[in-house]
Amino acid sequence: MEWEIVIGLEIHVQLATQSKIFSGASTAFGADANTQACAIDLAMPGTLPVANEEAFRYAVMFGLAMNSEIGQRSVFERKNYFYPDLPKGYQTTQLEEPIVGPGVIDIELANGETRSVRLHHAHLEEDAGKSLHEDYQGMSGIDLNRAGTPLIEIVSEPDMRSAEEAVAYLKKIHSIITYLGISDGEMSQGSMRCDANVSVRLKGEEKLGNRCEIKNINSFKFVEKAINVEAERQIEIIEDGGSIAQETRLYDADKNETRSMRSKEVANDYRYFPCPDLLPVMLDDDYIAAIKSTLPELPDAKRDRFVSEYELSAYDAGVLTTDRATADFFETTARESGEPKLAANWVMVDLAGYLNKTDTALKDCPFNAEQLAGLIRRIKDGTISGKIAKQVFEGMCNAEGNADTIIEARGLKQVSDTGALEKMVDEVIANNQAQVQNYVNADEAKRPKMLGFFVGQIMKASKGQANPQAVNEILLKKLNEQ
Amino acid sequence: MAVNKSDIEKLAELSRIDISDEAAANVAQSISEVLALVDQLQAVDTSGVSPMAHPLDAVQRLRRDEVTEPNQRETLQAMAPATEDGLYLVPRVIE
Repeated sequence: MEWEIVIGLEIHVQLATQSKIFSGASTAFGADANTQACAIDLAMPGTLPVANEEAFRYAVMFGLAMNSEIGQRSVFERKNYFYPDLPKGYQTTQLEEPIVGPGVIDIELANGETRSVRLHHAHLEEDAGKSLHEDYQGMSGIDLNRAGTPLIEIVSEPDMRSAEEAVAYLKKIHSIITYLGISDGEMSQGSMRCDANVSVRLKGEEKLGNRCEIKNINSFKFVEKAINVEAERQIEIIEDGGSIAQETRLYDADKNETRSMRSKEVANDYRYFPCPDLLPVMLDDDYIAAIKSTLPELPDAKRDRFVSEYELSAYDAGVLTTDRATADFFETTARESGEPKLAANWVMVDLAGYLNKTDTALKDCPFNAEQLAGLIRRIKDGTISGKIAKQVFEGMCNAEGNADTIIEARGLKQVSDTGALEKMVDEVIANNQAQVQNYVNADEAKRPKMLGFFVGQIMKASKGQANPQAVNEILLKKLNEQ
Repeated sequence: MAVNKSDIEKLAELSRIDISDEAAANVAQSISEVLALVDQLQAVDTSGVSPMAHPLDAVQRLRRDEVTEPNQRETLQAMAPATEDGLYLVPRVIE
């Protein structure tokens, strides 16, 4: 039997506003508990919500980026449930008339295929506070700093068929929200959170299987693991003759398993109704058009431009444009050096390798794009070889300064001086007469390969600083004279 | 539409209201009477009439994104029955 996994994602994204969606309390991350929870956030009697314009602007930006219809009229509803980190006893959210309607985006898979994922809708809502279950005098502690932070919840259709596709979609959303600057997208800080609806069915079957909602997936890596482990669980149950109960499950990253959340005695019934404290929000065409005119170039458009403008492969362009800061870094390096392909390689291989190895964020990189371009210019003009450039790059990573400074300080300048090179070539020829004889007696066809030995000796003698092209020329001339 | 006692018990559970057996029966009766009134209203043909959010068609005013609320934790926590390390304490949520 061949099984097919069906996945839909619900992604919560914290919007990067200064203040909360319905109050003027700060949304800054990491403040002392409850120092950013005002009377409105605490649901004190007599308080009323006042909606934050910026949250709507961000939501509209997102909708436009997803090619979605924007709800010119959007309405808030109350989703009623009891939990101590939700002081009002309801979450103010949207249901019938969300701000962002259906849309669609393309995701790219590792094998180069593209798949479309439909967006069901995205709505604005407020975040809840945090419950801390450590023992406080036998009680739970509540921090309401996060309560009222604006979120957009992005709901996909069940259009993904593997964990890989789900991760690609999540990364695409991450890329879009960070390009737009509407969220920092930090999954580790909870700025972006993901629930996955997972079901399985036999390949070819039309009807969807019963789904389970997997909560608490807080990194790209866990999304993949959680989906796979949940699908395996479901397949095993069905193959053993069982059936899947529709339920909410929690992903446990330590054990790499999903487990049922405490079953609720009464099925959830949120008793939604329109929030009487908030009037419908009306956004007119001019408002939406004005926002549209401010949208930055988005990842897909940038990728296509990198392919046509810098002649990069679609794959390389895709890697470079996933993250806006990386794309900008590459573009400055390419422009300043005039060598887009070298720039792409240095950014994708050396820079990415260094950042990864040292767990450094690009913004904390000890050198900037202009400086990397400076290094590439020195390769281009023959001052240093590609190999020596790696040493210079190391120096730049150690904050030793510009490429020129490091080349000077470490004496790495390539030897292109013909006199000096001829002397080295003569010495190598004199010291390796046996090899020279072999070379002279060898077929024309075998010679280029044998030449490598001599080049290697000379590079060694010059500590890698001999200009390889000049060495080749002199060596060929001298060997042919033998 | 009428509600029975078990509807009331379910609602009470969802709303975390402690309600006695006797009260549940009374409340079911009262709410059913209110709902009868609603039924009467619902009998009116409102097709083509969109729901009214405000009698003067006012729309939501939006405020600028500015932090205007200072930290008032001390004042606010003075009203709370139990606090520690700046947290509001509540009966344990998970067993």
